[in-house]
Amino acid sequence: MYLRHLQVGDFRSWERADLALPPGPTVFVGRNGEGKTNLVEAVGYLATMSSHRVSGDAPLVRHGAGQAVVRAALRRGDRELLVEIEINPGKANRVRVNRAPLPRPRELLGLVRTVLFAPEDLSLVRGDPTERRRFLDELLATRTPRLAGVRSDYDRVLKQRNALLKTARLARGKAMETLDVWDGHLTDLGGQVLAARLRLIADLAPHVAESYAGVAGEGADVAGLGYSSTVPLAGDGAALPPDAPLPGVEELTAAMAGRIAERRGDELDRGMTLVGPHRDDLVLHLGSAPAKGFASHGESWSLALALKLATFALLRAEGEDPVLVLDDVFATLDAQRRSALAAVARSAEQTLITAAVIDDVPAELRLTRVEVGEGVALVVKESVAGESVAGDAVPAGTGGQP
Amino acid sequence: MYEGAVQDLIDELGRLPGVGPKSAQRIAFHLLSAESADVTRLVAALTRVQESVRFCVTCYNVAEAEQCRICRDPRRVDDVLCVVEEPKDVVAIERTREFRGRYHVLGGAISPIDGVGPDDLRVKELMTRLMNGAVTELIIATDPNLEGEATAAYLARLVGPMGLAVSRLASGLPVGGDLEYADEVTLGRAFEGRRRIDA
Ligand SMILES: Nc1ncnc2c1ncn2[C@@H]1O[C@H](COP(=O)(O)OP(=O)(O)O)[C@@H](O)[C@H]1O
Ligand SMILES: [Mg+2]
Ligand SMILES: [Zn+2]
Repeated sequence: MYLRHLQVGDFRSWERADLALPPGPTVFVGRNGEGKTNLVEAVGYLATMSSHRVSGDAPLVRHGAGQAVVRAALRRGDRELLVEIEINPGKANRVRVNRAPLPRPRELLGLVRTVLFAPEDLSLVRGDPTERRRFLDELLATRTPRLAGVRSDYDRVLKQRNALLKTARLARGKAMETLDVWDGHLTDLGGQVLAARLRLIADLAPHVAESYAGVAGEGADVAGLGYSSTVPLAGDGAALPPDAPLPGVEELTAAMAGRIAERRGDELDRGMTLVGPHRDDLVLHLGSAPAKGFASHGESWSLALALKLATFALLRAEGEDPVLVLDDVFATLDAQRRSALAAVARSAEQTLITAAVIDDVPAELRLTRVEVGEGVALVVKESVAGESVAGDAVPAGTGGQP
Repeated sequence: MYEGAVQDLIDELGRLPGVGPKSAQRIAFHLLSAESADVTRLVAALTRVQESVRFCVTCYNVAEAEQCRICRDPRRVDDVLCVVEEPKDVVAIERTREFRGRYHVLGGAISPIDGVGPDDLRVKELMTRLMNGAVTELIIATDPNLEGEATAAYLARLVGPMGLAVSRLASGLPVGGDLEYADEVTLGRAFEGRRRIDA
């Protein structure tokens, strides 16, 4: 798919921006702090309804404004998809697809597909497990939208159960009558999340190995994925061998229930749920060792990049190119990684790239340029030689609905 | 901020469910400019509910007498009992005209986050009602959301040993929702297609 038209209102630094974009690679270029990342952040938001930089929505709304709006027109084959999101921090977003309001905003997930690679992604390798769980669950929601609902129900039951465990600590016995009921709900949902994550990891692993080989070059270690779970049956973190048989939902639910029963005493003591997918981790392997705490800076970068390229490859293999977004990453890559990334970026149906300096971006990707500065984003088509020719420039503040 | 009395009115209105600060202000100024007779009628209606409406001693539905209209109705059958969260759910189910039994209003659903456990609901009262043996089928019509499901599962376990037929409304209700908002046809169908749960 590709983004044909992007419009934002009161999003980050942009009071208003309105851009018509072509398929293929486009470079957003401008000095630091001019709002390039803000624009591609809006694109990512269409896919995940969250930012790749901050956890809450409040920073996304322009200072002094009450709500932000992101509108987009996308092309999928010969079909057009119109999406409009009203971001209301602290309240439910309002989402419209092809002008019809969605009863629940999360029904948008899976419709717009993007893969975004940014400097923040180093935390996929070096950060804490939260980052990797979010990576897995966002991809799950994109691949299988039903799982976004399962995941959010799981979180809700988890909150209820934790609240109960906290009070149970004070009044043991009394609140216990209902604990079994929440356990039943938690393990039903948890089993589904576990099974889906394992399926995803198994499907993603070969793409990660292939992408890492391309990014890290000749002679590098082989990259692999494992799952480290609080539910023993779901994985001990070891790299998943290809074609390993995966446990099913019912087995995982039963295993989770068994483990919860074993840890009931600890859970009551600590007043929180200690078993389940919310405590698990995706383990990245290089050669025979887990990468975390051992991979060099360069290897960590390669692995983060390989994860994102693998995501792209997986979604592509399942039928449709997601929009590839590369935020400020070319300047920091060496020649090998640069050319591996450029090859994918060139082949994608659409790639949106941000850079402070145009020369940092490989020449074959400089087909269309969006000049970003002083609150204006101007689309300029370039000739192959790199000099500007008359294009369909759309200054911010003009143009109609997408 | 407005002068004392006006602000007090806005604050009180703002406390009502579903009324935000903006609507509270709009309603307050509407009342200020309304005909005095209209306002008097509203005040009278409020006073009347406060003085005369209470909870039915049998089912905890709202009632204007000791017992509610449904509990007093001799044409209703005694062997089927429908458990709901709130009085408004009774109204929703009555609209479907599918149900001829009696009700039991729990007064909410189990939700530890909100500090609501079985003891905060009319669960003991339900058990007492079931004890006399007149009821042979229990229909649990709590909301189709996580808290409603948890409450249903809890009740099913609790009454399991009593040997009643226990059923839950059939799926088809919008999940994550509120019984109150289900349309009559959907709710009626969910009632007809209720499925037995085994504790
Ligand atoms: N909510 C907001 N309201 C107004 N300005 C914002 C908001 N969030 C970020 N900004 C501004 O956006 C700028 C950063 O934009 P960014 O897109 O990250 O720049 P870059 O072009 O370097 O990628 C900063 O000047 C920051 O002050
Ligand atoms: Mg930037
Ligand atoms: Zn009654």
